[in-house]
Amino acid sequence: MSVLVYTESENGKFKKAAFEAASYAKGIADALGSSVTAVSFNAENTSELGKYGVSKVLEISNDKLSKFNADAYADALSQAAKKEDAKVVVLSQTANDKYLAPILAVNLEAGYAPNVVALPESTDPFTVKRTAFTNKAFNMTSISTDVKIVGLAKNAFGLKENETEVSSEAFEPSLDESDFSINVESVDKATNKITIADAEIVVSGGRGLKGPENWEMIEELADVLGAATACSKPVSDMGWRPHSEHVGQTGKPVAANLYIAVGISGAIQHLAGINASKNKVVINNDPEAPFFKAADYGVVGDAFEVVPKLIEKLKEFKANNA
Amino acid sequence: MKILVCISHVPDTTSKINFTEGDSQFDKNGVQFVINPNDEFGLTRAMWFKEKQGASVDVVTVGEADVEPTLRKALAIGADNAIRVNTPATDSFQVAKELAKVVEDGSYDLVIAGRESIDYNGGMVPGMLAKLIKANFINTCVGLEIEGDKATATREIDGGKETLSANLPLVIGGQKGLVEESDLKIPNMRGIMMARKKPLNVVDPVDADKRSEAVKFEKPAPKGDVKLVDADNLDELIDLLHNDAKAI
Ligand SMILES: Cc1cc2nc3c(=O)[nH]c(=O)nc-3n(C[C@H](O)[C@H](O)[C@H](O)COP(=O)(O)OP(=O)(O)OC[C@H]3O[C@@H](n4cnc5c(N)ncnc54)[C@H](O)[C@@H]3O)c2cc1C
Repeated sequence: MSVLVYTESENGKFKKAAFEAASYAKGIADALGSSVTAVSFNAENTSELGKYGVSKVLEISNDKLSKFNADAYADALSQAAKKEDAKVVVLSQTANDKYLAPILAVNLEAGYAPNVVALPESTDPFTVKRTAFTNKAFNMTSISTDVKIVGLAKNAFGLKENETEVSSEAFEPSLDESDFSINVESVDKATNKITIADAEIVVSGGRGLKGPENWEMIEELADVLGAATACSKPVSDMGWRPHSEHVGQTGKPVAANLYIAVGISGAIQHLAGINASKNKVVINNDPEAPFFKAADYGVVGDAFEVVPKLIEKLKEFKANNA
Repeated sequence: MKILVCISHVPDTTSKINFTEGDSQFDKNGVQFVINPNDEFGLTRAMWFKEKQGASVDVVTVGEADVEPTLRKALAIGADNAIRVNTPATDSFQVAKELAKVVEDGSYDLVIAGRESIDYNGGMVPGMLAKLIKANFINTCVGLEIEGDKATATREIDGGKETLSANLPLVIGGQKGLVEESDLKIPNMRGIMMARKKPLNVVDPVDADKRSEAVKFEKPAPKGDVKLVDADNLDELIDLLHNDAKAI
């Protein structure tokens, strides 16, 4: 009766979200007096998971699963959960995890709590704290089914080292045609760019930047910091930046360690989507901009003066702290 | 093609979020409700199919009578029929199960739902619904074309997009990209008048079981004041981010 965790990988390497989910699963296993079993798909170096408290890895190696496929992955995870008699299944909240979670819930007749931010308040009834109203509130959710699925919000728990002896075994789920009724025709992913989902730092620009031609300094600031770039909704609606950069309530959520907003007013819909970020910096020439109420650090000033100066100072800082 | 658009009735994005009854219920007092933004993009795409390819478009909500203005708005935008499953929506699984009955009864080819509703952010109704009715499911859908009984969809993934194909029946979790913001329609007077005459069918629930319960709500702790840094002293900002926040 172990706690099962899905450990997402890409090109054979585990994502940070996988280690965070494993750390969290270990916390639940400790509360339940059990241990953590991870399921990996075509991942190398599965022993890395031992560092975060995993004691057993079910390793799936299957060429048909080289591209993510929600039905097939959910089917494989359900079979692993049944084999392990797992009562709790932990997922992260990447796009892929969010896709497969409801399928898994139906397969396992399980209740599912997404966007969970802490270890269970109690394990009987099984009650977890999750965000609701796009980060404007929290909600205690109790799950009444025998099997429970928990989706851990990004950066909510962090990585917790817990060196554990880990064993691994090959696992071959039986998959059939119905698992592959959705064809992946092509995947279009920039490999050289940090994604908003994975980024620790996000640099975001708003309408205050006046036009798409002024994004060079945003890109450069992001570059110096190793950050992803993002934007407010009107900026993507006007076509200054691609839709994939739109963050906020109706765009992508951001739960970064550092969010830097340049020329963004801080409308409630924008803030809702980025509020889960740990540290927020605003650069805006209007001291009355609502973002100053939501930010941790603020600079009142013209972005076209402040950002280039900040880039220079950061370059110096990086050079001295390399 | 028969299309069903699942509409979530949610507080307007600018709403102040408060709770009542010992923080166990969302306080609807003074709150304006709207069509969930993700669903509105889907509804608008459904209208496109109706106009360009010939389709019927029904909308459905699980909820009590207070959700009807939201359904009427969807009718004013151009949906043909509205269905209300007469029961409060309590958890995602219960809603998905109620919707499954509606889809089965109406033999829909395509079900368009939103990636998530902006109130509970569950993001699970579309996927659960698809699997309950054994239909294909594509999430975070930012593009959808239908030809015959074949769908080609673009899915947003972390850091990019992928193109998927699948046969109908299909359920999607949609979002902006299905149509653009500028394609959204504000209902005109004629649409609003016509919507009053369109059918809004109230159907009995199947009394689906629920699997989870929202027991209590809480608001985030108030935030401390912003620390302002002079624009001429950006070294201080870097110092704060490095030593205080440990973020760089
Ligand atoms: C249903 C709905 C959903 C929405 N969802 C989202 C969402 O998901 N994400 C989102 O971002 N928005 C969303 N919005 C839009 C939101 O309400 C705001 O309109 C939007 O966030 C404003 O974008 P902005 O801050 O870039 O622009 P503005 O509000 O125009 O702000 C620009 C800011 O730049 C500052 N500025 C101007 N010049 C300079 C300069 N030289 N230097 C420094 N600062 C300068 C100004 O002081 C101002 O504060 C939504 C709205 C609705 C109705």
